[in-house]
Amino acid sequence: MDLGLSEEQEMLKKLARDFLQKECPKRLVRQLDESDQGYSSELWHKMAELGWMGLVFPEKYGGSERNFLDLTILLEEMGYNIVPGPFFSTVVLGGLTVLTAGSEEQKMEFLPKIASGEMILSLALTEPTASYDAASVKTKAIAHNGKYVIKGTKLFVLNANVADYILCVARTKQAKNPENGITLFLVDAKSPGVKCTLLKTLARDKQCEVVFDNVTVSEKSIVGERDGGWPIVKDVLQKATVAKCAEMVGGTQAALDMAVNYAKERVQFGRPIGSFQAIQHYCANMATDVSGSRFVTYKAAWKVSEGLPAALDVAIAKAWASEAYGRITLSAHQIFGAIGFTMDHDIHLYYRQAKAAEIIFGDADFQRAIVARELGL
Amino acid sequence: MDFKFTEDEEVFRLEVRQWLKQEIPQKWIELDPGIWEETEESWTLAREFQRKLGQKGWLAPSYPKEYGGLELSHMKRLILAEELAYSRAPLSIEVEVTVNWVAPSIILFGTEKQKKDYVSSVAKGDIILCLGYSEPNAGSDLASLQTRAVEVGDEYVINGQKTWCSYGHLADYCWLAARTDPDASKHEGISIFIVDMKTPGITIRPLINILNRHSFNEVFFDDVRIPKESLVGQKNKGWYQLVIALDFERSSIGYAAANQRLIEELIKYAKETTRSGEPLANDPLIRNELAQLAVENEVARMMAYRIAWMFSKGLHPSYESSMSMVFISEVMRHTANAGMRILGHYGELDRDSKWAVMNARIMRMCLSSLSIGVGGGSNEIQRNIIAMRGLGLPRK
Ligand SMILES: Cc1cc2nc3c(=O)[nH]c(=O)nc-3n(C[C@H](O)[C@H](O)[C@H](O)COP(=O)(O)OP(=O)(O)OC[C@H]3O[C@@H](n4cnc5c(N)ncnc54)[C@H](O)[C@@H]3O)c2cc1C
Repeated sequence: MDLGLSEEQEMLKKLARDFLQKECPKRLVRQLDESDQGYSSELWHKMAELGWMGLVFPEKYGGSERNFLDLTILLEEMGYNIVPGPFFSTVVLGGLTVLTAGSEEQKMEFLPKIASGEMILSLALTEPTASYDAASVKTKAIAHNGKYVIKGTKLFVLNANVADYILCVARTKQAKNPENGITLFLVDAKSPGVKCTLLKTLARDKQCEVVFDNVTVSEKSIVGERDGGWPIVKDVLQKATVAKCAEMVGGTQAALDMAVNYAKERVQFGRPIGSFQAIQHYCANMATDVSGSRFVTYKAAWKVSEGLPAALDVAIAKAWASEAYGRITLSAHQIFGAIGFTMDHDIHLYYRQAKAAEIIFGDADFQRAIVARELGL
Repeated sequence: MDFKFTEDEEVFRLEVRQWLKQEIPQKWIELDPGIWEETEESWTLAREFQRKLGQKGWLAPSYPKEYGGLELSHMKRLILAEELAYSRAPLSIEVEVTVNWVAPSIILFGTEKQKKDYVSSVAKGDIILCLGYSEPNAGSDLASLQTRAVEVGDEYVINGQKTWCSYGHLADYCWLAARTDPDASKHEGISIFIVDMKTPGITIRPLINILNRHSFNEVFFDDVRIPKESLVGQKNKGWYQLVIALDFERSSIGYAAANQRLIEELIKYAKETTRSGEPLANDPLIRNELAQLAVENEVARMMAYRIAWMFSKGLHPSYESSMSMVFISEVMRHTANAGMRILGHYGELDRDSKWAVMNARIMRMCLSSLSIGVGGGSNEIQRNIIAMRGLGLPRK
């Protein structure tokens, strides 16, 4: 057993930490949070040059053939720094889906462009029910003259506002089992009938309402098999959930580091506040939470990376990290006192991230239900 | 023991409720500013409302009649505070500070002239004071404040910097703590002043809060000259006056009542919203969550009632107020977080999103509730008070 990072992973981690610190300072994070676009194309292309977008793609698609675990290490660092933009949507939600389920033609068309930073993807899954089950997919794609016409409303779609293509999860057949009859389509975001509205959110991430108003797509845009889309969605959701956990681990580490540094520096009553046991206990609890989240996440990521059954471990990781990130950022706020209550301070950026991360791909209750099911309850 | 309100008190509650129904302006309801979200527009509406409340005698109902109060009982005050908060009446936090801390201190320590000048105006809703306590290096350790006030002829000259001064840009006066004897030990050389915010030499710099609003400020005092009569109470004894003021009734009842309203709105949402064909209210986890919130809020309410009851018996709660404040701050944070879980992705949406629910109150509470356990004495300091003052645990 080895719970540590390989030399290559350490290098990736360090490179990412240094690069992001320099190229994505909090000044830029704020600016992007406040903008409608939500990402910097300059930073985006630099990240592409480092090979981050194609990290896990095979070489023939312009990638560097690293594994999923490596990607989570990178995401941990992105979570540590906070990197606004469509990386998660493009690489995890879009790229991995095309890689796992796309045709050779689709892979050749999309993956090299993703790897080079030319293409942004988005996954349109959730609808007004705001949940992650197959029954919630009500958007319809109706076959018509060898084409499909998509109609429906997708909600809380990340980064659709800047996406070139939107992977739309739609129902192609009514079946008794809601998991049957779902199909994935790669929809050009500029197609007539696609209407995207940016929603203003707590984390200032770019979630959108995307209305598909009779959008016509060709049969070639289907990813995987017609009516057989749900297993693909399940697979990508599993990967995305671990990937999100990795981001959360990075965020918790950052919040801990910031709070501990401040506790050492801030003097009240003639001594650093970190010398008060009340503050020490907060920090100790935070450190324990960071560590706990990290290793359950690594385990889940390792399983996914190795292609092992991972449902239980993924749910455990998300159930734990969802609540830990919230606890940690709340304690950090408490330690910062009034200064943390300002827009100028960085800690709220993490607090906001924690709230969004807690909900996306199912909150702790949702995950615990999976854990219970996996335990045979 | 008797947990009933008297008939007279119940009649009073109805009267207040009826009045509030008529008097809360529609525009205010539309603006719906939450904690720390006041704008100049809402502030203006709030001040009008406060004057109306003052005319009724309900702004400072417990003050002596000669200063515009009604000498209302503590229980009626409690009822009034509950109804005001529950109805989301236009009262800014600074009004609470002015009415509950500042003016009572003036009644206790001020000169006759100060009482005449300020207390009745406070009761009428004519003036609002901001608190000039905190400094960059004096937060929890307030007694280490460095802003200086030097007696020169018949004036005091003030130099220094205050921070986190809430609504300093909109208030009329500042209730200022400054050092008048730099050689004395840190608790001994502090005095309290009332400073007109329009006095030359005062510079206000906005600080933007986590809700992206301008609620607090840095306030710089640069050779600010104020008349000697601005001193409140005894020179160099300000710390003791200030500590007593911190023990005045803190309105955690307002928080509990406002939170009650929020919980009720969550319950309504859970009943009206279906997910996977079932009302959310049928989900056992959500039922459990909402029930727990209701339990916690009732505990918080009883803690606040206890304080009012102690006052009504002529007792002076101290650590009991700390308990009540710490507890309600955590209940409010819990409500925000639980609300977020119940609303799911919808909870993330800000007000001007077309899909926003409950006017984005939950997401705003997620942010604003962070301040409740910090401002006006952090939860850690309050717990120190409970442990040391309340339980007599040793300091060292
Ligand atoms: C929204 C808001 C509005 C405010 N409005 C005003 C205002 O109008 N006027 C004004 O004067 N001030 C105002 N304040 C400031 C407020 O009074 C201070 O925030 C408070 O006193 C804490 O000080 P601090 O923020 O400097 O934190 P610090 O004192 O630096 O504390 C940092 C952390 O250390 C902890 N700590 C400090 N000492 C101890 C100890 N002995 N034991 C254990 N833990 C300790 C604290 O609890 C906190 O967790 C406001 C604050 C907020 C958030």
